[in-house]
Amino acid sequence: MATETTQGDGLADAIGVAEHSGGSTGMPQLDFTHWGNQMFWLALALIAIYLILSRVALPRIAAVLAERQGTITNDIAAAEDLTNKADAAEAAYDQALVDARAEAQRIIAAAKADMQADLDAAIAKADTQIAAKSAESEKAISEIRAGAVESVKAVAKDTVKEIVAAMGGKADAKTVTAAVTARMKG
Amino acid sequence: MAAQSAEGGLSFDPMAQFQVKPLGGDGVVNWFTFTNAALWTSFAVAVVFILLVVGTSKRAVVPGRMQSVAELAYGFIYKMVEDICGKEGVKYFPYIMTLFMFIVCANFLGLIPTAFTPTSHFAVTIPLALLVFLGVTILGFVKNGASFLGLFWVSSAPLALRPALALIELISYFVRPVSHSIRLAGNVMAGHAVIKVFAGFAALTIVSPVAILGITAMYGLEVLVSFIQAYVFTILTCVYLKDALHPSH
Amino acid sequence: MEGQLAHIGAGIAALGTGIAAIGVGNVAASFLGGALRNPSAAAAQTATLFIGIAFAEALGIFSFLVALLLMFAV
Repeated sequence: MATETTQGDGLADAIGVAEHSGGSTGMPQLDFTHWGNQMFWLALALIAIYLILSRVALPRIAAVLAERQGTITNDIAAAEDLTNKADAAEAAYDQALVDARAEAQRIIAAAKADMQADLDAAIAKADTQIAAKSAESEKAISEIRAGAVESVKAVAKDTVKEIVAAMGGKADAKTVTAAVTARMKG
Repeated sequence: MAAQSAEGGLSFDPMAQFQVKPLGGDGVVNWFTFTNAALWTSFAVAVVFILLVVGTSKRAVVPGRMQSVAELAYGFIYKMVEDICGKEGVKYFPYIMTLFMFIVCANFLGLIPTAFTPTSHFAVTIPLALLVFLGVTILGFVKNGASFLGLFWVSSAPLALRPALALIELISYFVRPVSHSIRLAGNVMAGHAVIKVFAGFAALTIVSPVAILGITAMYGLEVLVSFIQAYVFTILTCVYLKDALHPSH
Repeated sequence: MEGQLAHIGAGIAALGTGIAAIGVGNVAASFLGGALRNPSAAAAQTATLFIGIAFAEALGIFSFLVALLLMFAV
C-alpha cells in the first residue's frame, strides 16, 4: 500500500473518500497492541472461573443433585412402605369384618337356640297345663255325667213308682231299680 | 462513504464497538491495564459466581429459579461430556464447564447494548482454542503414547490411500484451532456488526422502521447464536477430547 | 483505487456467507428429513446436527472475515 500512496491518496481525495479515516477504526481485533492485555484478563478470568467451579460450585451442585436423588429414592421407598402398611391395614380390617360377622352369626345362633329352648319349655309347660286342665275338665264332666245319671235314675225310679202307684200297682223297689238300670244301659 | 456524507449525518462504524479502551488512566494499554475488555470479562466471572455459587447457596432440594438454571447448566454439560467422551471424560468436566460458562456468559453479556464482548476478539478466542488444542494434543500423547498418531492413520481405508488420508487428517487436525477460534469470534462479531449496520440505517427516516425491525430480528438471532456458539465450542472441545482419549478410528 | 477494489473484493467475499447459508440449510434440511423418517433416533443426533451446522457455518464466517479484512485492514 505504501508504494502507491501518492496516487491512491490523490484519487481518494478526488472522489472524497477518506481511507482509514473519518471515524473508521479499522478492525480492533487485529490491533495487536492490546492482545497481551486481553490474554492476561482472559487467563485471570478462566483461572477464577475454574477455581469457583471446581472448589465450590460443581461439588455443591453435584451434592444437591445426589441429595435430591437420595430424597426421591427415600420418598419412593417410604411411599412403598406406606402402601404396604395400608394394604396390611386393609387386610386387618377385612379380617376383623369377617370375625365380627362370624361372631354375630354365632350370637344369633345362640340367641335362636335359647329362644327355641325357652319356647319349647313354655310349650311343654303349656301342654302339661292344658293336659291337666283337660283332665280336670274330663273328670268334672264325668262327675257331672255320673251325677246326672244318678239323678236320672232317681227321677226315673220315682217316676216309675209314681206311675206304677198311679196305675194301681205296688212298685217293688228292687225290680224298679233293675228295670231302670237295664233301660239306662240300653 | 461519499454517499453517506451526501445523505447527511449517516455515518456508522460497525467496528467501533470492538475497540479496547482503558477505563481511566492515560490511554496506554499495558498488559495489566483495566480496560473495557477486562471489565466485561470480570462481569462474566461475576455472573458465573452469582449463578453457580450464590444461586445454589441454599442447597435446596426443591430448587429455586437460579438454582434450577445452575443445575440445568451442570446437567447439560455433564451429560454432553459423558455422552461424547464416555466415563473417562468426566474427569475433565470442570475444565469444559469452565470454558462453557465463560463463553456463554461473555456472549450473553455482550448482547447488552453498549457492552463490550470479549468473545468477539481473536485475542480471546485464539488462546481459548489453543488451550483446547494443546491440552488435547498433550493429553492424547500422554494417555496413548505414540499410538495417538493412529488418529491420522485411517486403518479402515485401503493401504494405498492411507498416506494421502494421513496428510489430509494431519492438515484438518491443525486447522482445528483455527476454525475453532474463528467460528466463535466471527459469529459473535458478525452479529454485532450487522446490528450496528442496521442501527446506522435507522438514522434515515425512510428506512428506519425496516432497520429497527432488522435490529429486533438480528437481536433475536444473536441470542440464539450466543448460546449455540458456546454450545458448539464446548461440544467440539468434547469431540477433540474424545479423539485424545480414544484415538482409534 | 486500491481501496475501491478492496471494497469490491469485500462484496464478492460476502457472497461466500450466502453460499455457506445454503450449506447450513442443507445440513438442517437433511437432518429434518431424516428425523421425520425416524423420529426416535433424532434426539440422539442433535449434537451431530450442531457440529455439522457449525462446520458449514465456519466456512461462511471465513468469507465474512475476508470481507472484513478487505474493508478495514487492507
